[in-house]
Amino acid sequence: MDFELFTNILFATLRTGTPLILIALGEMVCEKSGVLNLGQEGMVLMGAALGFIAAVVTGHAGLGIIAAILAGMMMSVLFAFLAVTLVSNQVATGLALTIFGTGLSGFLGAGYVGMAIDGIAPFPIPLLSDIPFIGKVLFSHDPLVYLSWVMFALIFWCFRSTRLGLTIRAVGENPEAANAIGIPVMKVRYGAILFGGAMAGLAGAYLSLVYTPMWSEGMSAGRGWIALALVVFASWKAERILLGAYLFGAASIMHLVLQGLGFEASPNLLAMLPYGATIIVLVIIASDAAKAKLSTPLALGKPYRPQV
Amino acid sequence: MLNITLEKRPSDSKLMSYLSPIFAVILTLISGGLLFTALGQDPFHALYTFFISPLTDIYGWTELGVKVAPLTLCAIGLMLCFKARVWNIGAEGQFILGGLGGGYIALELMDAEGFWVLPLVLFFGALSGLLWGALTALLKTRFGANEILTTIMLNYIALNWLLYGVHGPLKDPDGFNFPESALFSDFATLPVLSDDYRLNISIFFALFAVAVIWALMSKTLLGFQISVLGEDKAAARFAGFKEERLIWFVLLACGALAGLAGVSEVTGSIGQLNPYISPGYGYAAIIVVFLGRMHPIGIVFASMLLALTYMGGEMAQMDLALPKSLTGLFQGMLLFYLLACDLLISYRIVRKPTARSTGSSSNSAQA
Repeated sequence: MDFELFTNILFATLRTGTPLILIALGEMVCEKSGVLNLGQEGMVLMGAALGFIAAVVTGHAGLGIIAAILAGMMMSVLFAFLAVTLVSNQVATGLALTIFGTGLSGFLGAGYVGMAIDGIAPFPIPLLSDIPFIGKVLFSHDPLVYLSWVMFALIFWCFRSTRLGLTIRAVGENPEAANAIGIPVMKVRYGAILFGGAMAGLAGAYLSLVYTPMWSEGMSAGRGWIALALVVFASWKAERILLGAYLFGAASIMHLVLQGLGFEASPNLLAMLPYGATIIVLVIIASDAAKAKLSTPLALGKPYRPQV
Repeated sequence: MLNITLEKRPSDSKLMSYLSPIFAVILTLISGGLLFTALGQDPFHALYTFFISPLTDIYGWTELGVKVAPLTLCAIGLMLCFKARVWNIGAEGQFILGGLGGGYIALELMDAEGFWVLPLVLFFGALSGLLWGALTALLKTRFGANEILTTIMLNYIALNWLLYGVHGPLKDPDGFNFPESALFSDFATLPVLSDDYRLNISIFFALFAVAVIWALMSKTLLGFQISVLGEDKAAARFAGFKEERLIWFVLLACGALAGLAGVSEVTGSIGQLNPYISPGYGYAAIIVVFLGRMHPIGIVFASMLLALTYMGGEMAQMDLALPKSLTGLFQGMLLFYLLACDLLISYRIVRKPTARSTGSSSNSAQA
């Protein structure tokens, strides 16, 4: 493998990992507050569809990103209303959100299939991007890749050294106790779910405006689900999400690697790799059940209603 | 701020669990009407086109049956899993594997003649689905992997396997390079009930499966064990039920039934392998189970409604020039409203006590 190919593979790995980072960070915050939202896939698809539509209609990719974030948040409000206010089963509600989001995005985007837009151009960071190798791999990306690093840093810092991080964790570990010391449990959970929705929407925008600047039905191809596995794999730690997402990114672009090495393989068979990798990861996580239990937010998935 | 609040019922309301699906359907229809109005359609005409016009003749009803069969087969299998609180989302993958496995045998037996061909093809289809279910069971019981995520990953793997097949080794050599297999021979095709319609005998497979599973759940110890496991894991363990064996059973049964649905679809109304053998039946079947209240009879009716959403989507595309994906939208709305209405099973809506009478209790549910 020559050096340039190696550079390109690392570059593509970072690109492919970015939507997973965004979704998984959002879901991590949500799960830290004790809410399991299985609707990621639906929110990502809505973000992708509405982001693309807004970009086409307004001719402005930046507005597309804002529309995508709003779309993700609107979907997450639906989830929050059912799962937090109406204390419905979180698993079923999340599934419903995915089914609904898949249907709604397919419906709204039907007229935009096959349309091409310019998408969001890469923004090489001046000077830094001129460094050989590192400049290409790290500093020649589009703005959303840099944004994913900023979001990572913010979330890492939030849970490491802020009161907000502690509050969210308190709500996810023991909502009764949090309520007793005056933390507004419902509000914190709403906030965490909304944040997750915004991140999923942003990831959708990344897919339809940057990664492959187009819209097609179901284009997220299970990334929302892979991100869910990633959060568990990362034991709810932001730095491990970053690492895990790039590992998955690498698995998803194996076809590039193999082509570089001169192998021919069916693209459909190679497309199975990230899903197979997820299953392996799930097995590894489960084999260390005791450790997984330690890091799982205690109240995860359990509905909570303050007693009147 | 709303002047109402939720109050937990002393015990769950049986009546509400039956009324909730009806409320959900009504709310879906109202939302659909509003949606059609927003799209510039006459809402009544559009709803008529979507939900009634597909069923105005015999042909429509037979087409409904064509879609009810796979939905019911998948849903009745999922019901077993959900009863045991095994969150198998993998009917879609098991369906696809059933179609792929059965279709592969059908293509291998292209030149074979005889009435043994079809049963063999169906058997291998069901077996393929069963093995796909077994993989989930293995991952869950042996490794403790979360079945929601493994089954979804297996769905994507199954789909890519099918795509590999129809783009590669199973592609029809005389097919002008379309990603499709050759048409199966007559000996590997399910007989239709009447030459005028596409409805084939798979509807009987579905009804038979419903009867068997119903008997299993209501008359046998195995069915009782499955219910207990789902309702109270600790009690099931205390009673000495073999949890792992029950998980294996429900996943194998569901895999076989969804696989049978898949192979019936490819040897029935499709007649070959192509990339679109499932319009999401495995996912729609999840809605069927919830809507059908996890009861075999309810599942039959819910299958009919979900089958109608597929036909309605096609009618809306033809007559109203609206996208076919309306189907998914209506299915999603239905499930959402159902979950919201299900709240009324264990809660009732009451007027909020006035501020004076509650006195100091400040942390009431206001969100």
